[in-house]
Amino acid sequence: MQIVLSREHLARVEQHGERSYPNEGAGFLLGHAAGDTVTISAVLPLENRREASAQHNRYELAPQDYLRAELEAAARGLSLVGVFHSHPDHPAQPSEFDREHALPHFSYLITSVRGGRAGATHAWRLREDRSGFDEDALTISQEEDTV
Amino acid sequence: MARIRIPTPLRPYTGGQEHVTVSGRTVGEALADLTRQYPELERHLFNGGQLRSFVNVFVGEEDIRHLDGPHTPVTENTQLLIIPSIAGG
Repeated sequence: MQIVLSREHLARVEQHGERSYPNEGAGFLLGHAAGDTVTISAVLPLENRREASAQHNRYELAPQDYLRAELEAAARGLSLVGVFHSHPDHPAQPSEFDREHALPHFSYLITSVRGGRAGATHAWRLREDRSGFDEDALTISQEEDTV
Repeated sequence: MARIRIPTPLRPYTGGQEHVTVSGRTVGEALADLTRQYPELERHLFNGGQLRSFVNVFVGEEDIRHLDGPHTPVTENTQLLIIPSIAGG
């Protein structure tokens, strides 16, 4: 799969990770899928609902946030296509905890934030048998694709 | 027959359907009927026969964990929602 993300949306993902540092920041990705390409059209940064003492290496988005995001996507003619989150002072690779909690058919963007500055962002997708993630190609487009 | 709302990432397993009609007198029976109709959903909803910890089932606005769990009764007018808790580390 290929994930297409505008520079502006990537910047919002990175900024949420930096603002949340040294904790993890997370949110939803709205967009549309066509063939082997998922195009991100909106980024919804959200509050990390984990208890404060765990937020440095865990994130959680509330069921109510999930439902709101699905309804907002539908209202904008989009789909809920994935989740983004940051890894403070760790690589942009999914952890075992990420795998255990991941959903199929979702794009997972992970941004490494070191010392408060966003670094690499990579895109991942859970394998059908839940055994691990495969990396998706991430393409940064020059123009914003908004609806 | 109750109706279950399927979250977006699981709709590929229900032929793209947002809502699935199921039979059963309890939430547990309704979910069993759902996975009977769409067996590929099973591994994403259950682990060792138990609902995965990040899978929430709501009856209206109430999480079944705050009701009677899988024994929560459903009627033919019940709307069930499967809503994942999005979590990771």
